[in-house]
Amino acid sequence: MAGLKRKDILGLREMSTEEIDLILDTADALKDIVNRPIKKLPTLRGKSYVTLFYENSTRTAKSFELAGKYLSADSINIAVASSSVAKGETLVDTARNLEAMGIDAVVMRHPMGGAPHFLAKHLKASVINAGDGMHEHPTQGLLDMLTIRQRKGAFKGLKVAIIGDIFHSRVARSNVFGLTKYGAEVWVAGPSTLLPAGFEELGVKVTTRVEEALEGADVVNVLRLQLERQEKALFPTVAEYSKFWGVGPERLKLAKPDHLLMHPGPMNRGVEIATAAADGAQSVILEQVTNGVAVRMALLYLLLGGGDAA
Amino acid sequence: MSTLLIRGGRLLDPANGVDRVADVLVADGVIARIGDELSSVGVDRVVEARGKVVAPGFIDIHVHLRTPGQEYKEDIRTGTAAAVRGGFVGVACMPNTSPVIDNAVTVTYVNTIAAQQGHCKVWPTGAITKGSKGAELAEIGEMKAAGIVAITDDGMPVENGETMRQAMIYAKQFNLMIMDHCEDKHLAGGGAMHFGKVSSLLGLKGMPAAAEEVQVARDVLLSMETGAHIHIQHVSSRRSVELIRWGKAMGANVTVEATPHHFTLTDEIVMEMAYATNTKMNPPVREAADRQAILDGLRDGTIDCIATDHAPHHVDEKEVEYQAAKFGITGLETAVGLVIDRLVKPGIITLEQMVRLMSTRPAALIGVQAPALVEGAAADITVLDLEKVWTVRAEEMASKSRNTPFVGWELTGAPHATVVGGVLKMEEMKVMG
Repeated sequence: MAGLKRKDILGLREMSTEEIDLILDTADALKDIVNRPIKKLPTLRGKSYVTLFYENSTRTAKSFELAGKYLSADSINIAVASSSVAKGETLVDTARNLEAMGIDAVVMRHPMGGAPHFLAKHLKASVINAGDGMHEHPTQGLLDMLTIRQRKGAFKGLKVAIIGDIFHSRVARSNVFGLTKYGAEVWVAGPSTLLPAGFEELGVKVTTRVEEALEGADVVNVLRLQLERQEKALFPTVAEYSKFWGVGPERLKLAKPDHLLMHPGPMNRGVEIATAAADGAQSVILEQVTNGVAVRMALLYLLLGGGDAA
Repeated sequence: MSTLLIRGGRLLDPANGVDRVADVLVADGVIARIGDELSSVGVDRVVEARGKVVAPGFIDIHVHLRTPGQEYKEDIRTGTAAAVRGGFVGVACMPNTSPVIDNAVTVTYVNTIAAQQGHCKVWPTGAITKGSKGAELAEIGEMKAAGIVAITDDGMPVENGETMRQAMIYAKQFNLMIMDHCEDKHLAGGGAMHFGKVSSLLGLKGMPAAAEEVQVARDVLLSMETGAHIHIQHVSSRRSVELIRWGKAMGANVTVEATPHHFTLTDEIVMEMAYATNTKMNPPVREAADRQAILDGLRDGTIDCIATDHAPHHVDEKEVEYQAAKFGITGLETAVGLVIDRLVKPGIITLEQMVRLMSTRPAALIGVQAPALVEGAAADITVLDLEKVWTVRAEEMASKSRNTPFVGWELTGAPHATVVGGVLKMEEMKVMG
């Protein structure tokens, strides 16, 4: 298996379908390790990376940590509160210090868009974007695509409805950038104050009516309402949001019967997604989580394993 | 005092009806003679200007010299060295320093340092309000007596309409122009670039064009209300240009400047340069239609002058995440090249318009004697090489800071020599002394 011809994974916008295919194929091949009794391959023995998280995360940080452990890489985790960042160290200095300790990759989550691009310019080590502000969350985009591909076979012609706070969502952007490359029909729906400018120019259908997006959808991806990012009065109350844009069993009748229901987690049950839907037959939310480990294993393997992988 | 002969250039001073090939003899700080084949015998220095354009000296009315208090970014010596390297004989400096230039003592301090260390003329501007906090008027009369040429709360614009109205009425009696950085900070919303498709794709907070436009509209209307002279700084949007055009047609005492980066770049540059923080400035570069409106405004005379908003920042303030980086780019050393390359060569403006936009008109706006190519006038002269092809290089810059997105750009057209008060301060983009 050939490696990726790039040092960093910063976002899906700048990636080709060939690269995405390679990552998804690799993830498919590695996925079954997660379900083995002995979850360990020696592939990345002697490689090390750091997860550097400037925002809270449970799922993504632990998923990256386990992905590395399953491949025998060594990882350390740094959360902002426990680091010297709190003492005023710059991002570049923090990362250069880690590089000086010999790490091969930095997995970073950061509240500001473009921070991983900035870091990548300054490091010889690989940088994997684990979410940068409102920009991209490429590993989430890839794991969503892997889940869709496993269930639906291909992306072309699929109607994918992404529902919620699109404006602040890096998950939405990575999905849009990735899926549109393959000719999926991507719809985004949410309150007008939470819809981004200019998505129409990417060929995305933008609507404030959630029903329009759900009509005949093959995939429904419900975004978390990021209450912590709502700095201004962008919608009046959670109750009103839920009434107009919440996704539950009734609205999901508009989608195809065999639709996939996805959510990047963590869920606000009863707000953007009803429990009956989240735990229903069409939900693939936990499969997404498993695929998340597979995608992250694939990326670590492709970036750190190179040509001399075991 | 030494003598200088500028030989064989095309003298171009439309305000004085001058367009001829001639020699210029400078002595005792003034243009002593203009004529054909003047003798160089006994002349201390000769500038060969054959094939070049000799213009009245260029003036930049929007420069941050960072003195007092922020000399780690720029000081008067380096800032004015950058000015003469870029072909400017004088600059108006902004008062958003530390402390703010909001009193006569600080104005005098700047004037004193400029007299000791400046490579070119420096005209301070003063704050509109004390500390540029937008509440109480600064001692505008005292500052005028100390030598300011305009008032401005650049960077921290006056939000309260009534405070602005009273400031206009007060400034008018001292015959001072108010320069306004038009920005409604609420609408700008902490954005890092123009709000639009590109900010959306890059996941950066955007500043909508309306953040500028509502303040431009307010200022135009208040200028009509008060009769005071309001000068809109660094216009960035199409609707702002249209509002100003309308205001001028209605007789408002409003003028406007445009920067080289706003007539050259669009918000696409932030994506092309992958979040490089030298693309971050306020107001931000916007969309193609906005850039086109600025080009149209320059061509049809709606826009009065070109100014750089030269805003030096230390590398430590720029080598950070995009959202965390300071706003602003340097501009003194690339302005003339960009004007020739982007405006004159493509035929958007004529050379005569360039001279008006960069010399005659900015001088008139700040109420100083306009440089002129006539015998007896002060020898403030900019010589242009329209054909020079050069590459912008950070290491060649005279400014203390190098935060410009134009590093690496190849431009056609450059400043060739700068004469300030009869003294040759720059030749072939090398600063003297």
